[in-house]
Amino acid sequence: MGKKSSYVVTKNLNQASLWRNTKPLLGRLDIELTERCNNNCIHCCINLAEHDKTARDKELSTKELKNILVEAADLGCMMVRFTGGEPLLRDDFEELYIFTRKLGMKVILFTNGRLITLRLVELFAKMPPGEKIEITVYGMTKGSYDSAVRRQGAYEEAWQGINLLLANNIPFVVKGALLPSNKTELKEFEDFASTVTWMDRGPSYSMFFDLRGRRDSEKRNAQIKALRLSPEEGLSILTRDKKEYMKDKKQFCAKFTRPAGNNLFSCGAGKGSACVDAYGKLQLCMGLRHPDTVFDLRKQSIKTIMTERFADIRKMQAKNPRYMERCAKCFLKGLCEQCPGKSWTEHGTLDTPVQYFCDITHAQAEYLGLLGKGEKAWTVENWQERIRKFVEEV
Amino acid sequence: MNAVYAPAEDDVVARELHGEFIIIPISSGVGDLEDEIFSLNETGKAVWDKLDGKKKLEEVISELTVEFEGSAEEIRNDVTGLVEELLKRKIIVEN
Ligand code: SF4
Ligand code: SF4
Repeated sequence: MGKKSSYVVTKNLNQASLWRNTKPLLGRLDIELTERCNNNCIHCCINLAEHDKTARDKELSTKELKNILVEAADLGCMMVRFTGGEPLLRDDFEELYIFTRKLGMKVILFTNGRLITLRLVELFAKMPPGEKIEITVYGMTKGSYDSAVRRQGAYEEAWQGINLLLANNIPFVVKGALLPSNKTELKEFEDFASTVTWMDRGPSYSMFFDLRGRRDSEKRNAQIKALRLSPEEGLSILTRDKKEYMKDKKQFCAKFTRPAGNNLFSCGAGKGSACVDAYGKLQLCMGLRHPDTVFDLRKQSIKTIMTERFADIRKMQAKNPRYMERCAKCFLKGLCEQCPGKSWTEHGTLDTPVQYFCDITHAQAEYLGLLGKGEKAWTVENWQERIRKFVEEV
Repeated sequence: MNAVYAPAEDDVVARELHGEFIIIPISSGVGDLEDEIFSLNETGKAVWDKLDGKKKLEEVISELTVEFEGSAEEIRNDVTGLVEELLKRKIIVEN
């Protein structure tokens, strides 16, 4: 022992030095507590009916979830995201929340807000999640909200939940989903969002909707496709704050634009983070549910799956000639949403280019001046020069 | 020195992360800032382990005097200094 002026060193939880140059095997775990939801959003990629008994019977039990949480904490995990479906539909949500916090992990809750009660808010006040709650708002009026989520009375419940958080000073942010029913309410929504003190930037929107993650309904996929914004419409939303958009993209392009070759996984999926589905399958990320890439936590540990199985998956190479011809050579790969997860939901494979995301990326690149009109990104040879010019441009 | 201290069990979680001993506040009003966590070094951890809600502070100090090198006075100052800081931050409570 020796002389010290302070005996306790304070650190920031997100401080990398906590790890003394080593990253934990698992830093963040996403858990889909259920695929069931009390809404039935027209654009939703995952929801099952609230009372779907078959789904409920297959879901992880409280005990199984607690075992997963304990292993996650042992592996160094500091953050758990509870999502769904609607995670608050689970009767054991409070128990799981307290258990997670008592393991020292922070909680991010993704919710539609309808099941936020005074009791829950009091719990959040006493034992804060440590991260802002994220609420998706589907409309500013009863008509727009209820028609997007296709449930009577949802609007009142969701706003009651939001107001409870506000009244009790529980930090949260709001996000939007751009749908035909609420498109005209954008200003009203953003005006409201600007009054939420915890929002440090404008709300994010989903608008390039994903197809059904379980590939379970062609009819619903057709509905989702019909709701998707065209690349041009999407671009006009993304670039409403042109200055901010350009700044973001310059920073991004300086780091992440280059052809990724035939490696399917140029992203960080399954490296330091993972996702557990409602039935105990460990996925590299939320979108990738291809049966060859998911592993059963009822049979194997997170550690085994992440160190052995995921490591193999991450080495996978594209075999589809169209992918090899286009995406493998495309310098905009980092900007594009094309990935094995999207390929899976759209085409049932891991390596099929998704035309919709290709078109969105090309529209953005033309706007940014990285591509000429009609030019294809995978044909560009002097891409390094183009990126350099773009990033340096004042 | 007859006081008995214990971790504020409902308010903080102690975890070891890759060899570092950290204390994470989980209740509102504990710690000063969002995202603030506390780290104890090896000797701090040794003190922490003895704040078990049973031992008097005097006993904690005499045990540590046997286990660690350093003068009794130095160890006493270190322990009381640490305890004061932990109390101020509501990481421990007096039993
Ligand atoms: S609230 Fe979320 S999970 Fe539920 S149906 Fe809507 S988009 Fe899907
Ligand atoms: S922009 Fe097109 S070619 Fe490039 S990665 Fe995306 S889908 Fe592939």
